[in-house]
Amino acid sequence: MVTFGLALLLVTAGCTGGVSSRPADVVVELDHYTSAEAGRQFRSVLDRCAERFGLRIRRQNVPVDQLMPKVLRDATAHSLPDLLFVDNPDLKTVAKTGALTELSQYGLSGEGFYPGIVEAGSYRGKLYGLAPGVNGLALFYNRTMFERAGLEPPETWQEMRSAAGELTEGSTHGIAFSALASEEGSWQFEPFLWSNGGSLDSLDSRRSVQALEFWAGLVEDGLASRSVVNWNQNDVIDRFAGGNAAMMINGSWSLSSLDDSGVDYGIVTLPTPSTDIAPKVPLGGEVGAIPETTPERQRDAARVLGCMLERDNMLDWTSDHAYVPARTKVAEQYAADRPVMKPFVEEVATGRARTAELGPRYREVSQGLADAIQATIAGSTSPREALERAARIAANAD
Amino acid sequence: MTTNTRTTSGTSRPRHANRKPGGHGERLVQWTFVLPMMLFLLLFFCYPVLRNLTMSFQEWTVASFYEGGSPFVGLDNYIALVTDPIFGRAVLNTALFTTGSLLFQFVIGLGLAVFFQRRFPLSGTLRGLMLLPWLLPLVVSGAVFRWIYDEGFGVLNQLLLGLHLISDPIPWLSSTQYALTSAIIANIWVGVPFNLVILHSGLQAVPASLYEAAALDGAGPWQRFRMITLPLLRPVIAIVLMLGLIYTLKVFDMIMILTGGGPANASETLTTWSFALSFEEFDFGQGAAVGNLLIVIALVFALLYLRSIRNTFSSQGERG
Repeated sequence: MVTFGLALLLVTAGCTGGVSSRPADVVVELDHYTSAEAGRQFRSVLDRCAERFGLRIRRQNVPVDQLMPKVLRDATAHSLPDLLFVDNPDLKTVAKTGALTELSQYGLSGEGFYPGIVEAGSYRGKLYGLAPGVNGLALFYNRTMFERAGLEPPETWQEMRSAAGELTEGSTHGIAFSALASEEGSWQFEPFLWSNGGSLDSLDSRRSVQALEFWAGLVEDGLASRSVVNWNQNDVIDRFAGGNAAMMINGSWSLSSLDDSGVDYGIVTLPTPSTDIAPKVPLGGEVGAIPETTPERQRDAARVLGCMLERDNMLDWTSDHAYVPARTKVAEQYAADRPVMKPFVEEVATGRARTAELGPRYREVSQGLADAIQATIAGSTSPREALERAARIAANAD
Repeated sequence: MTTNTRTTSGTSRPRHANRKPGGHGERLVQWTFVLPMMLFLLLFFCYPVLRNLTMSFQEWTVASFYEGGSPFVGLDNYIALVTDPIFGRAVLNTALFTTGSLLFQFVIGLGLAVFFQRRFPLSGTLRGLMLLPWLLPLVVSGAVFRWIYDEGFGVLNQLLLGLHLISDPIPWLSSTQYALTSAIIANIWVGVPFNLVILHSGLQAVPASLYEAAALDGAGPWQRFRMITLPLLRPVIAIVLMLGLIYTLKVFDMIMILTGGGPANASETLTTWSFALSFEEFDFGQGAAVGNLLIVIALVFALLYLRSIRNTFSSQGERG
């Protein structure tokens, strides 16, 4: 009996141990939704879609800063996952390696999606990535503090500045944002750069410099903490949730942690230099892409991705995840049902892909920009000087 | 190194000859002990180092990973590095970080070691407690220091403000002026126990009779320290400093957690820069080149270290 059991064990172990020859019905998926909640929500949509085609999903997830190194490592070994969710500004970088397949060959197209999202998923005019949902930035304000001071949520830069000035008191700063020396820092500044008419392609232009002067001025005048250079967006949520900031710039993903904190908050679209300018936020979030594997596995992965992009699944996942649905029609319905998401939906309509101006050069330029923001805020360089240096980096980027 | 191995084998040969020349069996046994180590070194040490070396002469972009095309570009990567404005900054910061950390770690460590040489109640327990910083994972120490240094809520500023030593909070981590110093201070705290332990055990080897004799001759505490402790401790000091130097050169986690090399590269060292080049900008060729630079610097000091322990052993041999 015992030997029989052992033999059975060995046989089953032998079956599952065959890692190299993966059965055709398993789709390997890679993403960076490492938080328990986000992971669970993503998993449930993935599984639902896999089930429909009789597939199983083997999900891998890694912290966001390890995703690209892992993708590159996998690319070297030609063992890329079947389905890949990368941060959208990285898509062009992965596409440039030649590892991705065009989505049109599976009958997937960007029709009905926001143009900015399609742009983020394209490389050299071909579509390589699509997402069920995207995210963007907006201005969160502490309603209690605003009411006590008799203030209205700001619409322009000037209003935002003066509101921040009035609400800065003791250990409470008027506004909090992230100016980390990485993508997070650039991403938070870009809406201000763009809505002032600045551009990543001409960082030393007058309008770009003006935007950074405004941004750094908030810190210089004590309306924002000098520590913004070390804060990531989660730190910013902590300050706001703890009542140490009257306003913050952040994304819709922070909604769930804010609801737990008990702060009474409101959300408006990001202020612009004047009311007749619509905010231009960078589109955030991840896009699904299908690396080159085998025809069967690519087909299976495409089925799963296609299913995730369907209206109901898109709606389910985005509402759980507090993302904005990527299809215009779905998003309109979504905003009507969830007023709190309305500012985000509005902004996605006018949002743009971070890589639109620069393509795969974006990463290097973004790093240069983040360094320029830091150099200015940390007080060693003038905005003009810092941006001129960043522009030189941009000119040499390849 | 080669001379070293030669002398040892030279001394062992006659012994072998006296017994019986090692047969094939014995050779085989010897090889089975050495082979795993050699394989390990080849696979996990030689290969990566050589790979890193070749990589630094290639243009490694993201496309190289998938398509494998990575043309040799000669010294281009190194030239690009040296002409990069960050290069000077990173080299200077590395030097400041290493010497600053090393100097204070050593002085404080030595002071504490001398202090713990005396016997007093709870000295063992206290010495054990001093080891704590060393036992903590660097990630933990780094996170704690981030909190201590916080401009608005950090303990350090609250303390200094409370003592009226400063009138405005100091932006420890968020200004280009203080970031590197803050990182050095945190690293000193981490490194003191190492110095304490090694120097303390070195002190145990100094015969107490020497101190007694010196005291009888009328030598004060400072004289005893200068004329007995320091000279007899010299070999241990050489080892502590050399090892400390090699460790400190490659410190990465502490700076990464505290400042990430920022703000605006103010605390960028060669290690953080190499990481940024490879894994943030995906320029693996240049990242590898910085890594090689570090290896060369560490290698120079490692050779000096090997030399110094050889001298120590030979001088001990003469004495004994």
